[in-house]
Amino acid sequence: MTDQTTHAVAFTPEDLPTARSFFQPHRIVMMLVFAGFVIGVAVFMRWDWLPRYLPRLGWGILISLVMLFSTSILGFLLAVPIGLAQVAGPWFFKLPAKVFCTVIRGTPLLLQLWLLYYGLGSLFPQFPAIRQSFLWPYLREAWPYGVAALTISFAAYEGEVMRGAFAGVPAGELEAAKAYGMSRWTMFRRIWLPRAIHRALPTLNGETVLQLKSTPLVATITVVDVYAVISKVRQETFLTYEPLLLLALIYMCLTGILVVAFRTFENRIPTRGA
Amino acid sequence: MASDSIVNWSLLALSSPGWGGVLLQGFVNSIQIAIGGYALGLTLGVGGAFGKLYGGPILRDLLECYTTVVRAVPELVLILLLYYAGTDLLNQLLALFSIGPVDISGLMAGIFVIGVVQGAYSTEVLRGAIKAVPAGQIEAARAYGMSPLKVLRRVTLPAMLPYAIPGLSNLWLIATKDTALLAVVGFSELTLVTRQAAGTTKAYLLFFLAAGALYLTLTLVSNIFIGMLERHARRGFAEQR
Repeated sequence: MTDQTTHAVAFTPEDLPTARSFFQPHRIVMMLVFAGFVIGVAVFMRWDWLPRYLPRLGWGILISLVMLFSTSILGFLLAVPIGLAQVAGPWFFKLPAKVFCTVIRGTPLLLQLWLLYYGLGSLFPQFPAIRQSFLWPYLREAWPYGVAALTISFAAYEGEVMRGAFAGVPAGELEAAKAYGMSRWTMFRRIWLPRAIHRALPTLNGETVLQLKSTPLVATITVVDVYAVISKVRQETFLTYEPLLLLALIYMCLTGILVVAFRTFENRIPTRGA
Repeated sequence: MASDSIVNWSLLALSSPGWGGVLLQGFVNSIQIAIGGYALGLTLGVGGAFGKLYGGPILRDLLECYTTVVRAVPELVLILLLYYAGTDLLNQLLALFSIGPVDISGLMAGIFVIGVVQGAYSTEVLRGAIKAVPAGQIEAARAYGMSPLKVLRRVTLPAMLPYAIPGLSNLWLIATKDTALLAVVGFSELTLVTRQAAGTTKAYLLFFLAAGALYLTLTLVSNIFIGMLERHARRGFAEQR
């Protein structure tokens, strides 16, 4: 995905409204209409189930967030070598990294998730060595497969972003580092990686927002995230719209918080004004 | 080693005992939805982009709400909401005109759902592309006395295309992959069909890998066409890099 597409598909800091922008006459009217709509929804739809499910919803949101952050961090740690291998590696690193990115980016995440969960999950029990290993209690659960699939997917998309970011660091800066007598590792640690991350940061943040939008998929393999809790509500109360509307609201709030957090984070990094 | 260490390829046979035919039918369904949804999304996107750039304040804000909601809520949730809300609304609308409820085909519902999601994305891509067209070109067209529609057809659309194609081609790839999400609402596209086949035969790895190969083929073939299209659209541009 190019940076431009990530930008178009993910909600980014530039899309946040400013406080002043709310006080235009037509917006005040629109907000009143919207408030009327919200009140209508609150009064005329059924929300009596909400208190019963609140604790579970809280847990679900927590699981979703844990999924998001663990897979984003793990995925990013994988993405750095993948991106680096494609830029600077010899062909026997470059080729697998390229194939990995192409294959993962070319197939739906849901399919990868099900491949891991149903495919590997049905394969593992056939090996006594795995059944007896200390990993088995975890491998019987669903969440490791969810984490693995989300991590792999994030690593592939980020690997591509990092490839561009590594390649985009001006050669002069690297030459300057070399001229200072830095070793290759020092150069990578001090100049290349920080500069690449700096360049990729807006795209990385966009991809993290997209990753949040991918987390509900793990509910299809019985991980109890907020989506799964809402599905449970729908099954037990036979309501269609109310739980889904609440779910959409929850995700919008999560996205909003994430984007605001990223904006504060990005603003703290000094950039040359352009 | 496992009992199925030798791959039972006959499971992928096209005729009845094998599941190859079923898989291919699902693949065709997926492609149909992707094409339909993409086309609908593009139409919505063109309208949305022009509305956002040249529309009145209220239209602009409404479009902003549309793109914000779609970009902030997971596709899976949107698909469920649109799927139920869309069919419900249509049936209630038909009831108003005292026409009995219709059974909406999964294909139409899928195209609608994917189209609405894609519409928001392409609105943003196209808006960016239109803004990249030098304002002087559009002003010149206006100065020649072209009607707005003619400006659109002769200048804005062709001039923005090179800027839009990378984003739009990514959206096409996203559309093909988003069709997999329709498995969750029970539409028999490739991913759901694959899971059914795998569940019946217990050959999970074989079928999921086969489906993955189909999706990957679609992506790679698309990439070839995208490359050709991009070269065509960028002809006359100064070579970059």
